Amino acid sequence: MTLLDASDLRRVYGDSCGDCVELTGDAAGTNQCPECGAVVACADVSLDVEPGEVLGIVGESGSGKSSVAELLALERATDGQASGDVRLDGHDGNLLDADYETRHRLRNGAVGLVHQHVRDGLNLEFTGGGNVAEKLLAAGWRNFGDVRDRVRDLFEETEVPVERMDDPTETYSGGMQRRVQIARALATDPDVVILDEPTTGLDVSVQARVLDMFRRIQREEDVAAVVVSHDLGVVRLLADRTLVMRHGRVVETGLTDRVMEDPHHEYTQTLINSVI
Amino acid sequence: MTDAGADAADGTEPAAAAESGTQISATSVADAVDDLSGEGLSGYNYAYLDEHTKREVRRAILKGIAIPGHQVPFASRPMPLARGWGTGGIQASLSLLGPDDAFKVIDQGSDESVNAANVRRLAETTAEVETTTDTTEADVIQTRHRIPEEVLDEDQILVLQVPITDALRKVDSSDAANRRRHAHANYGKMWVHLYENVVEWGEIQIAARYPAMVAGRYLMDPSPIPRWDLPKLDDADNLFVFAAGREARIYAVPPHTDVEPLAFEDKSFQVERFPDQSCHSCGSTDTYLTEIETEEGTESDGGDRLYVCNDTSFCLKRQDDPGLAKDHHLDREGVDWGPGTPGGPAGADRDELAEGDGGDDA
Repeated sequence: MTLLDASDLRRVYGDSCGDCVELTGDAAGTNQCPECGAVVACADVSLDVEPGEVLGIVGESGSGKSSVAELLALERATDGQASGDVRLDGHDGNLLDADYETRHRLRNGAVGLVHQHVRDGLNLEFTGGGNVAEKLLAAGWRNFGDVRDRVRDLFEETEVPVERMDDPTETYSGGMQRRVQIARALATDPDVVILDEPTTGLDVSVQARVLDMFRRIQREEDVAAVVVSHDLGVVRLLADRTLVMRHGRVVETGLTDRVMEDPHHEYTQTLINSVI
Repeated sequence: MTDAGADAADGTEPAAAAESGTQISATSVADAVDDLSGEGLSGYNYAYLDEHTKREVRRAILKGIAIPGHQVPFASRPMPLARGWGTGGIQASLSLLGPDDAFKVIDQGSDESVNAANVRRLAETTAEVETTTDTTEADVIQTRHRIPEEVLDEDQILVLQVPITDALRKVDSSDAANRRRHAHANYGKMWVHLYENVVEWGEIQIAARYPAMVAGRYLMDPSPIPRWDLPKLDDADNLFVFAAGREARIYAVPPHTDVEPLAFEDKSFQVERFPDQSCHSCGSTDTYLTEIETEEGTESDGGDRLYVCNDTSFCLKRQDDPGLAKDHHLDREGVDWGPGTPGGPAGADRDELAEGDGGDDA
């Protein structure tokens, strides 16, 4: 049974001339329409995730990875036109067409998102614990003791010092903020977690600890995940299957080992050869 | 009022006025004022506001009643006092009052504050209403930051002056974002505020403007009434109208509406506690008390620490009849109205009430 099933995801920024999708993409070598200048952030992206599976999405900057992540996480479109079909096991219909309340409820329950930018994901004036508690409180938890215990457990699980949980989040280090985001995403026992660049901006040793921590929790909780990263190492470490994106299109897909060892697409070959 | 002006102005020629557009034939300011006031109050519409304005305010009130706790915009006219001094309350009161009504105005429990007296006089002269200080006799009561101790009934309307209409502004200064939160009943941020409050203080420390859910749907700022008064909003017999002149918003709690203060299951809403205190004037132990300064100064200056009832009108009644119940004027007995409603020995059960029933009532 497929847990998350997405098809024909598309996001276009700017006034589209109608032929943008045909005029852009990997074959055209650009994601900006030569006719009208609209940017096709992603198009024709289809993917599915099984329960407990980790799907990796790699690609260079601007290849449309984050746009796909936002669509999968049911984030509200602030601009541009989005279309496509996202289905989650146990929920009826195309969730991209669902009303705000349904998407809001899902985002506080079944779907967790770790944002690329900390400021999008956390309220830095709140305490670290408050940020995690917000997810629980929005999901209807009304017992202070229960909320407190759950936040403490999550802090221990994600290896954030528990004695710092009542300090403002802006006083946390970058690695701690990233962990708090992961704790927040996991707070309500979601079915699937979307991680957008989970290690960007962290130094290598902290990256390793955050990835180890996430891999351990992911296996323990058996939560499905979509990991978006420009870093092949991250995807190699975490993902069972991998999608390679370029110019807003998926150019190659397969088991992570296969993609890494035997890349078919020319771009994937370049990408893997260029790893320092 | 004109005497002092007349003395000062006597003897000066109104030459400047004569040269400008308006011709004033009088030789003194006093005469000029007399000329101008010839029309007097008859130049004003009944109850100061014009009929269209009153109709608009009434419509806003009706809409507010239809959607309990929802903030309804209205035009908010300039009034003869500064915005923030009760202009919203006056507009609501004057739109509701008719010539047969009795009007009471209280300012933080007192009928005699300058602002309350002035608002009362404005209604008296323009709407020709009776005014009263007796809560039980009033048809419309305009109040700043208190709900009377005596139980209001279904024929009465309480108009509350509101300085800040949105409870969410405490957690986000963006009104646009807050309107979206209200539309989606998304109050997570306010709950985090409460959570962090408990983390910091061990209990919820919000002195006034305590946020409450109205009819299970809208989060409402109940105006800066003390927590003591908040349980009175729940399932009351009377209509509550909240009006903010500066922010041009009206909202309402209709009779018998659920009003639930935000609180955790294990960190309940609590009203103010006055352990072992009673009113210095009437001896009441079941009313909201305020500390007063004696002639020797406050406690720190060597004076006594004295408490008196905040609701002066009820305190005067209690001084005549110490056993007077808060629901003495109603047919029914034991009407639930806020904390400390009589029923046990005075003073003995209030801490208990404050700890337990205060939360349960809510």
